[in-house]
Amino acid sequence: MIGGVGPGPGGHALAPGGLAVVRGPSLLDRVREWLPAAVLFVSILAAWEIAVRVFSIQQFILPRPLAIFEQWRTHLTELNSAALYTFGEVIGGLLIGVIGGIVAGLVTARYAMFRESVMPFAVAVNSIPIIAFAPVFNNLFGLDKQLSKMMVAAALCFFPVMINTVRGLLSAPAPAIELMRSYAASSRDIFLKVRVPAAVPFVFTALRISATLATIGAVIGEYFGAPKVSLGQYIVTYTSYLNFERAWAAIVYACAMGIGLYVLVVVTERLVAPWAADRSAQIG
Amino acid sequence: MTEPAALAPVVELSGVSKTFRSTTVGSTPVQALTGIDLTIRQGEFVSLIGPSGCGKSTLLRIVGDLTPVSGGTILVNGKSAERARRDRDYGMVFQAPVLFDWRSVQGNVELPLEITGRPAGERAARAKAMLDLVELGEFTGHQPWQLSGGMQQRVAIARALALDPALLLMDEPFGALDEMTRERMNLELLRIWERTDTTVIFVTHSIPEAVFLSTRVVVMSARPGRITEIIGIDLPRRRDVETRELERYFELVTRVREALRRGEGNAPVGGQARVRAEGLSA
Amino acid sequence: MTTEPVHEELGGPDPALAEAELELAADLDAIAPRRQGRAAGGSRVRVRPILGSIAIVIAILVVWEGGKWLGGDPWRFKSILGFPVAIDYHPPFAWKFFSDLNFPHLWVILEAFVRRDSNGVPVTVLLVEAAFFTFRGALAGFILGASLGLGLAIALVHIRLLERSLVPLLVASQTVPIVAVAPVIVVGLKAGWFGIALVAAYLTFFPVTIAAVRGMRSADQRAFELMRSYAASDREILLHLRLPAAAPYLFTAFKIAATASVVGAIVGELPSGIRDGLAGQLLNAMQYYSIQPGALWAAIVVASLLGIGCFALVVLAERRVLRNYRPTEPGAAT
Repeated sequence: MIGGVGPGPGGHALAPGGLAVVRGPSLLDRVREWLPAAVLFVSILAAWEIAVRVFSIQQFILPRPLAIFEQWRTHLTELNSAALYTFGEVIGGLLIGVIGGIVAGLVTARYAMFRESVMPFAVAVNSIPIIAFAPVFNNLFGLDKQLSKMMVAAALCFFPVMINTVRGLLSAPAPAIELMRSYAASSRDIFLKVRVPAAVPFVFTALRISATLATIGAVIGEYFGAPKVSLGQYIVTYTSYLNFERAWAAIVYACAMGIGLYVLVVVTERLVAPWAADRSAQIG
Repeated sequence: MTEPAALAPVVELSGVSKTFRSTTVGSTPVQALTGIDLTIRQGEFVSLIGPSGCGKSTLLRIVGDLTPVSGGTILVNGKSAERARRDRDYGMVFQAPVLFDWRSVQGNVELPLEITGRPAGERAARAKAMLDLVELGEFTGHQPWQLSGGMQQRVAIARALALDPALLLMDEPFGALDEMTRERMNLELLRIWERTDTTVIFVTHSIPEAVFLSTRVVVMSARPGRITEIIGIDLPRRRDVETRELERYFELVTRVREALRRGEGNAPVGGQARVRAEGLSA
Repeated sequence: MTTEPVHEELGGPDPALAEAELELAADLDAIAPRRQGRAAGGSRVRVRPILGSIAIVIAILVVWEGGKWLGGDPWRFKSILGFPVAIDYHPPFAWKFFSDLNFPHLWVILEAFVRRDSNGVPVTVLLVEAAFFTFRGALAGFILGASLGLGLAIALVHIRLLERSLVPLLVASQTVPIVAVAPVIVVGLKAGWFGIALVAAYLTFFPVTIAAVRGMRSADQRAFELMRSYAASDREILLHLRLPAAAPYLFTAFKIAATASVVGAIVGELPSGIRDGLAGQLLNAMQYYSIQPGALWAAIVVASLLGIGCFALVVLAERRVLRNYRPTEPGAAT
C-alpha cells in the first residue's frame, strides 16, 4: 500500500514520537477503564429517579427505576418463568445458529468455487429482514413451541457466524502456510494448526454479535405469536394495557439477558483462548 | 515568505533536549535527544544521519513544532517553532507520500493552498506550476494510487513547496524506494532545490545519499542522541551522476561512516520491557 | 501472527459489537468490490457472484417443488387458466415437511400476488404500498440514526472524556434488544411513524458511530502531522481529512444500517397496531394462513426485496461517492 491516505490497516496510532511499553492491563488499569462509564451510568439512573419525582413526570414511557423494581419484585415468579422460557429459546437458537454457521463456514472456505457463489448469496440474505420469516417458523414448528423462536434466533446468527468463519479461516497468513508446507505438513495439519487458530478470534467476534442477535430473534419471534409465558408476549401484552412499569420489568430482563450473554461470551473467550481475546477485540 | 538576507540563520537550536514519558504507568522515560546545538543558514542543504533511534526524526519534528521540546531553545525563521508553524514557514515531506486518496494529484497539491484560503484560480495555477516543477505536469488529473511510489513522492514534494516555504523538512522521503529510483530522485531533488530558494533539512539513513545531497552532514550518535560531528561537504555545487565517482565523494562517505561508528558507542542496553517506537525515529 | 500494541482506540472495553458487524460488511467489499477501477483492468462487473447467487436461488426453488413432487400433498387440478384439465397427482412418498401448509406450491405463491382482495385491489399493489410505508419509516430512521451516529462520532473524536464515559454505555446499549423496548416507544409515545423511525434509528446509529470514529482515526498518523504543519484548525482537519478518510467506513456501516433500519421499521410496526406497513401484512397473512398460505410468502418476498433493495441503493450511492477512492482488492478486507 504505497502512498495514499485510504482506509489503511487500523489506526492504531500513537502520538508522534510516542513509545509504548506493551504490558497487559493490571486490575487498577481495568478499574480505571470502566470508571467514567460506570459513573455516567449511575448518574443517569439517579438523575432519572430524581427528575421523575421532582417534576412529577407522567409515568408514561419512562417510569421511575424504583417503580420498575417494585413491579419486578411483585411479579417475580411470573417474570422468572417468562424469562426462563425465552432464555431457552435464545440458547437453543444460539447453538443451532452458531454450530450451523461454523459448519457452513468450514465447507464454504474449503471449496473456492463454492465460496464465490455462496458468499454473495449469504451477504444478500443477510440484508433481508429475516424476522419476516418468523411467521413461517411459527407455522412450521408450532406457534406455541420454543423451537419456532429458536429457529428465528438461529437464522439471525447463522450468516454472521458463517461469514466470519470463512473470513477467519482465510485470514491465516500466507507465510505461515508456506512454512508448514516446507515441513511437508499434511492438509489436515495445516488446517488444524494454522487455519483453525487463525479463525478463532473471528469466530468469537461473531459470537459476540450472535449473543445479541439471538436475544433479538427470540423476542421478535415471540412478538409474532407465542405462549403468554414468554418475555416477548409479556412486554407486548402489558404495553397494550398501558401498564408500562410492568412491561419495563420484562424489558429489563430481556436486556439483562442480552448483556449477560455478551459478557459470558467475552469471559469464555478469555478463558478458552486468551490469546485470541485481544485480537478479536481489535478486529471488532 | 523568505527573507532576502543570504546568510540569515533559518534554524537555531541551542541545548535542545527531548525526553519521552512512556504511555504506560511506571516505566522509565526515554531520553531521545540531549544537548543539540545547531545553526542552519539560508540556502543550506543539511542532512541528519544516525543509527536507528538516535532521534533524528524527533529533531526534525521539533523544528516543525510537531513535537514539543523538553529543554533548550529553538528559533525558526527568527520566531518560536510554534509561530513558524502557524505562519506556515515550512513544508514537510514524510517517508510515505501521505497523499489523500480522495483527491486528484492536483487536488492534493492544492490542499495547503485551500487551507490558507487562496482563491480557486490562484490555487490551480500554483498547483500546476509545482507539478511542472517536479515534472508531473501531465498527471494533474490522475488519482494518487495510479502513480508509482517515486511519482507519488514527487507529488508530495510539489505539495510541500506549494506555499513557497522558507524551509523544507524531509523525513527519509526516499526510504521506501528502491536504490535506482532513489538515486534518480536524489538528482531531481537537487534540481528542484536549485530552482526554488529553500533551505532543506533532510533526515536519512543512507550515507551516500547524505553526502550526495548536502552542503553539510550532521552525524548523530545513538540514543540519547547528540551531535557527533558536523561534516562540511565541499563537493562542487552542481552535482550529477559523475559526482558519485569522485574520489572526494568516497573520502567524505568514509568520514561520515567513521563518525557514525564513533557515535554508536552510546547504544542503549536492552530493556526489561518490550519497547516499540512508532512512526518516527527510524 | 503478531499482536499489535494495546491501544485505546475507542477507550475502555472493546466496542466489539458493531465493529464485528463492520468487519462483516467489510466482506461485502471483498466479495463485491466497490469499484472496478480504471487501473484495475477495466470496469467489468463481476458476473460469477451474481450468477452463483441466482443458481443457488434456482436450486432452492427446485428443491422446494421437487420435494413436494416427491413427498408433498397430493394435488388436483380441475382447470388451468380456464382450460379444463384433469390432473390428479399423488406423490410417491409422504413427507409432512413438504405439506402444502408449510410450503405452498410456487404457483400458489405467484397466484397470491395476482389475487384481488375484497375491494378488488390486487394484492401486489397492497404489498407494494405496505412496502412503501415501511420504507418511509426505515428511511426516516436511517437518516435520523445516521445523522445522530455521525454527530456522536464527531463529538467522541474531539472530546476525549466523553469518549471514555460514553462508549462503554453505547456498547452496552446495543446488547439491549431494542426490540424489547420498541413496543413501549411506539405505543407509549403514540407517535405513529415517528416512533417507528425511532426504533429504526436506534438500530442504525451505533454501527454508524463506531464506523465513523474508526474511519475518522484511520488516516495515517503523518497525515495528521501534515495538517498540523499547515496549522489547520480542528474544523479544517475534520473537513479535509477526517471525514473523507471516514467515507469508506461510513458506507460499510450504511450497508448494515440499511438492513437494520428496515428491520427496525418492521419491528416498530409490530406491536403498534399500525397495519399500514409490511408488519401489518405479515400479521394479516399469518392470521389467514390456513386459508391463504400464499399471501404470507408473498409478503415475505416483498419484505426481502425491500431489504435487498435498500442495500442495493446504498451500494449504488457508494459507487458514486467513492469512485475516486483507491479500489480495495478482493479479499484484502482490513
